[in-house]
Amino acid sequence: MTVTAMAFYLFALTGVGSGLLVVVARNPVHSVLWLILSFFSAAGLFVLMGAEFVAMLLAIVYVGAVAVLFLFVVMMLDVDFAELKGGMQRYMPLGLLIGLILLIELGLVYGHWNVADSAQALRQSPTPAIEDTHNTLALGQLIYTDYIYLFQASGLILLVAMIGAIVLTLRHRDDIKRQNVIQQMHRDPAVAMELKDIKPGQGL
Amino acid sequence: MDGFFATNLGTLVIVIAQCLLVTAFVMISLLFLVYGDRKIWGAVQMRRGPNVVGPWGLLQTVADAAKYVFKEVLIPAGADKTVFLMAPLASFVLALIAWAVIPFSEDMVLANLNVAVLYIFAIGSLEVYGVIMGGWASNSKYPFLGSLRSAAQMISYEVSIGFIIIGIIISTGSLSLVDIVKAQEGNWGLFNWYWLPHFPMVFLFFISALAETNRPPFDLPEAESELVAGYQVEYSSTPFLLFMAGEYIAIWLMCALTSIFFFGGWLSPIPGIPDGALWMLLKMSFFFFLFAMVKAIVPRYRYDQLMRIGWKVFLPLSLIWVVVVSILAFTDGDERNLGGMWARWEVEASN
Repeated sequence: MTVTAMAFYLFALTGVGSGLLVVVARNPVHSVLWLILSFFSAAGLFVLMGAEFVAMLLAIVYVGAVAVLFLFVVMMLDVDFAELKGGMQRYMPLGLLIGLILLIELGLVYGHWNVADSAQALRQSPTPAIEDTHNTLALGQLIYTDYIYLFQASGLILLVAMIGAIVLTLRHRDDIKRQNVIQQMHRDPAVAMELKDIKPGQGL
Repeated sequence: MDGFFATNLGTLVIVIAQCLLVTAFVMISLLFLVYGDRKIWGAVQMRRGPNVVGPWGLLQTVADAAKYVFKEVLIPAGADKTVFLMAPLASFVLALIAWAVIPFSEDMVLANLNVAVLYIFAIGSLEVYGVIMGGWASNSKYPFLGSLRSAAQMISYEVSIGFIIIGIIISTGSLSLVDIVKAQEGNWGLFNWYWLPHFPMVFLFFISALAETNRPPFDLPEAESELVAGYQVEYSSTPFLLFMAGEYIAIWLMCALTSIFFFGGWLSPIPGIPDGALWMLLKMSFFFFLFAMVKAIVPRYRYDQLMRIGWKVFLPLSLIWVVVVSILAFTDGDERNLGGMWARWEVEASN
């Protein structure tokens, strides 16, 4: 067995195993930690396929940002573990049923998968040879030339989502004191202080 | 011997030896970093600093480390044991593996990845887990508050660091750290380095690096006046040592990154003097000196002000700078209309 194959099985097994543990783990924080491990294994698989750019992006975006957010939310939750455990017993049959149906559907789809000739041609044409250029460069050249409009459009969608989230959470309260940093920085001793010479035995 | 090192096993042996070499370098420099930090801090406050163990107190850090290792590991009763012990390990190991892509000179680099910048960034974004896990697993209020602060702080400043690095990448046209340093090579010595064309970003990067590594004046996660020691409250002995070591390794890494991104890595500042790893080491030490001086001189920030600077000042500035660099690099172009200040990618001969 070559090193690559060994690495593949290592990453694949870790990925599937930790994916399973995400569901099985009783403590939600542990679930998120297992989820991080499975993201990592997926990144490892991408590296093995020679897609190092996607692998790094997976680590940065999912592990570095999305999972941190999950962890934030989950850590703040006040969870009753016993109740969670009880729920598992009740919902298990339903969950298994849904999983089974999904599996059958996926199998059916896989059995009847047909790729149009034109799609096949399209998929192969823009790929540069791996000796010529590494995939970061290749992706950049594709995304910022042929697919620039799609790329910008997806950016716009994300921007709209972001604005939506900000609008939902933004609220201005008038009844609190705010710090105006610019104003504060432009204060000088002449304005801010008053020196008084107090004689002994006298108050202000 | 040549025959053995050409085989797969031989390559493995060489790779492991190289990894150990880099690890040894980092760990040994760590001893002097902690010592230097305390000495500089002491000098600023007109104290002597560590001066008892070994000549000039040089072995103080060794003594401290030994003390930590021989103490008993205390685990709080309500703690999540596995996560509690994994947290310092994660923060130590992640800080260490980032060194795999740092070039000390043109040939002295463990792995010259073509996505090295992204790798550093990925590892950097993972480092927050050590802190979050430690804070949560301690099952105590101060550590939890500290870890929440730290997570928010590290994520905020990663964003501005990312945008600053994008400017460098646009100028270089490559994500490889070796290429980034090579692009700063030229006839003008230190005036070829990126600190000149990317001038305002040097300061932003330095300050963001301080915040990213939880160094004073941004050491709010462990602000001892409010949170005792933040996420480290419940840690003792070796786990605490690992947290501390991870922190200092991350700081040392930031020094290396500053010298690679803005100050020409292993290149010599004066044309004619040979380049080499020694320059890299000197630059890193200089930036560590600055880190230590900032720690000694600047008072701690308030948490809301820290977040304000990150999101309302640094983020817009670095975003604007990305646009400015893009325009400048575009104007410069393959023809080097601006003398190749901003556009330093290799021009293909055929075009």
